[in-house]
Amino acid sequence: MEGTTVLGRLTWQPAEVTGLVAETHRTKTIAFDVPGWAGHHAGQHVDVRLTAEDGYQAERSYSIASPPDGTRVELTVVRIADGEVSPYLTDDLQPGDQIELRGPIGGYFVWEPSLGGPLLLVAGGSGVAPLMAMIRLRAAAGSDVSSRLLLSSRGWDDIIYREELERLNGNGLTVVHTLTMSQPPGWTGYARRVDAEMLAEVSPGPAERPLVYICGPTPFVEAAAQALVDLGHEPQAIKTERFGPTGS
Amino acid sequence: MTPIISRGFRGRREGAPVGRVPPGQYVTRDFPVLSAGPTPHTSLERWDFTIDGEVDEPRRWTWEEFRALPAEDVTTDIHCVTKWSKLDTVWHGIRLDTLLEGIETSAEYTVAYSDGGYTTNVPLADLTGGKAWVAFSYDGEPLEPQHGGPARMLVPHLYFWKSAKWVRGLRLTAADEPGFWEVNGYHDYGDPWREQRYWGD
Repeated sequence: MEGTTVLGRLTWQPAEVTGLVAETHRTKTIAFDVPGWAGHHAGQHVDVRLTAEDGYQAERSYSIASPPDGTRVELTVVRIADGEVSPYLTDDLQPGDQIELRGPIGGYFVWEPSLGGPLLLVAGGSGVAPLMAMIRLRAAAGSDVSSRLLLSSRGWDDIIYREELERLNGNGLTVVHTLTMSQPPGWTGYARRVDAEMLAEVSPGPAERPLVYICGPTPFVEAAAQALVDLGHEPQAIKTERFGPTGS
Repeated sequence: MTPIISRGFRGRREGAPVGRVPPGQYVTRDFPVLSAGPTPHTSLERWDFTIDGEVDEPRRWTWEEFRALPAEDVTTDIHCVTKWSKLDTVWHGIRLDTLLEGIETSAEYTVAYSDGGYTTNVPLADLTGGKAWVAFSYDGEPLEPQHGGPARMLVPHLYFWKSAKWVRGLRLTAADEPGFWEVNGYHDYGDPWREQRYWGD
């Protein structure tokens, strides 16, 4: 798939807001209609550009959370309190508003059913967004590729896509949560940061040669990737996407 | 296309001096990390740096030999294709001019190659004339593995993915050979001032 993802110039395209969904108290999914969208691979991202009335512009990158689906593109945005772009996206945008996008971008951190599995997806917080595109694509394509998602969230109410993940759990997909800061009463799942022991319990063994995708804040990705290497997984089979600590 | 105005959007407009920040970039004080895979850890005993490819004799330095070469402080701005720029970063490293001194080659291009399999291509002319270094220290400290230590390329006039982390050598090539990100949708040259982020920019 390398080298097949971006052909020709990526121009800025108008994108109209068609829906907004609050995922958690500080995370929103914004659905856009992008006329002429040429499609994307699960795991890719877009650049977003905002222009102020005096012409000042700010750009940021966001992972695409939706699977390839016509001209529809969904972004899941965490509101960074002192961020420049994210508060505008989460607080000010209304259905019918237009912003500019260009993409899709990135031909490496991508998965499609033909690549097979087993899949091991490891996410910290909103790092689940590009992995969700893979999970949704897998479901939409009727793929039975054995897949596991280990999702680290602060607490129960911080789990992004919680209800949808509950619905999709099964049919070869196993969703495992760890709640690092607070747990609801009666919680019997993991309640600590992702570590080697947890990854060993959740992951297919190195002999099964899983395709590994890790996305989250830098320390999270560093720790998870290193633990998997230490467990014997091939570094080349581990694809990572990192964000932060830059406020955006 | 005329840009779409976002009503009510003002932006933060952090006070970077005019002309310091390329189009589409914002200034950060953090030092974000971007890598496509796990961070490699290579011991200094096993580390070496090689210049090979279109040369009569490959040239190789052990860590000790490498560190005995004349090095210099470099204060420079860096620009990541993911939109952050960091101003006045302070590095210590060895000029590529020093490493290439006396090498005769007909090559016009290079491929920097790294532990972990990363590669990136840079025209040879962009590595000479005091424009590029192999850096082993950041902000007065040994370069941390997640930022590319023990040593990384520093080619600050191009987007920062051209500054290969964990660099182990430079292959001089007659033809331009796109590297890791360059075959994955990113621009072949990567000039931030011309906003050459992606293919076709």
